[in-house]
Amino acid sequence: MEADGELLLRLRSGDERAFVSLVECYQEQMLRLATSFVPSQAVAEEVVQDTWLALLRGLDGFEGRSSLKTWLFRILVNQARTTGTREDRSFPVPDPEPAVDPARFDAAGGWADPPEHWIEAAEGRLEAGKLADRILALMDELPARQREVVILRDVEEMSSEEVCSVLAISDGNQRVLLHRGRSRLRQLFEDGFRGAR
Amino acid sequence: MRLLLRRDLVCQQAVELVTDYLEDALSRRARRRFEAHLAGCPHCTEYLAQMREIIRLTGRLQPEDLTPRQRDEFVELYRRWRSEQE
Repeated sequence: MEADGELLLRLRSGDERAFVSLVECYQEQMLRLATSFVPSQAVAEEVVQDTWLALLRGLDGFEGRSSLKTWLFRILVNQARTTGTREDRSFPVPDPEPAVDPARFDAAGGWADPPEHWIEAAEGRLEAGKLADRILALMDELPARQREVVILRDVEEMSSEEVCSVLAISDGNQRVLLHRGRSRLRQLFEDGFRGAR
Repeated sequence: MRLLLRRDLVCQQAVELVTDYLEDALSRRARRRFEAHLAGCPHCTEYLAQMREIIRLTGRLQPEDLTPRQRDEFVELYRRWRSEQE
């Protein structure tokens, strides 16, 4: 995506193509993120639509204290939160959840069933598009709060500070959710390779 | 100092430190302990490489193109906003 300054100028001056390419860039992950807050896909689509309109209406007042992207996702999360919560989100972070199934370690805490090798196989066996589809499907299996953090940090590549500001969570919670989300994603990915053999 | 390092990390603890390690959120002492464990443990080294690979693969996802219909809808939305302004 181009620099915010130039993009803002184009958006404010009536450049339809600038708006469409902005939408193209973020629509898919915005929808995925919204889905974790609201009860249905249809509601999520409405939330995203409302977010785009709110962005346009806010353009004149936007002072650039955060990046345009952080601002966009903050609007989205606020819209989604006021639209409806699917679960009790006030609870900080649920019970401890190990990164790896404890059954895979021996009594001393060493690996009894060590990680499979799959890095080269993943690249070799699956074309890039299929690999992306698999990652997306597995991301949808993550618990909502872990998925939110993984989308913002690892797909959208925001900094931890930006993610904390978008989701209004503490840095500690952000890191715990990221850890669990990534760990679970790794496990699901490995399971796929074990099953495929 | 040596005494503090004596109690070695086990694998089950090491996998819980991976994110803090990648986020640079470990104390210097904890970081040294983690790296000392990796140096002697090929499985945890593999595990760390896989976590990095997962992050890399996730970061490589590309947004799908909008359908022509969606494109029209968004152009329409934009025009509606423009007309609101006048």
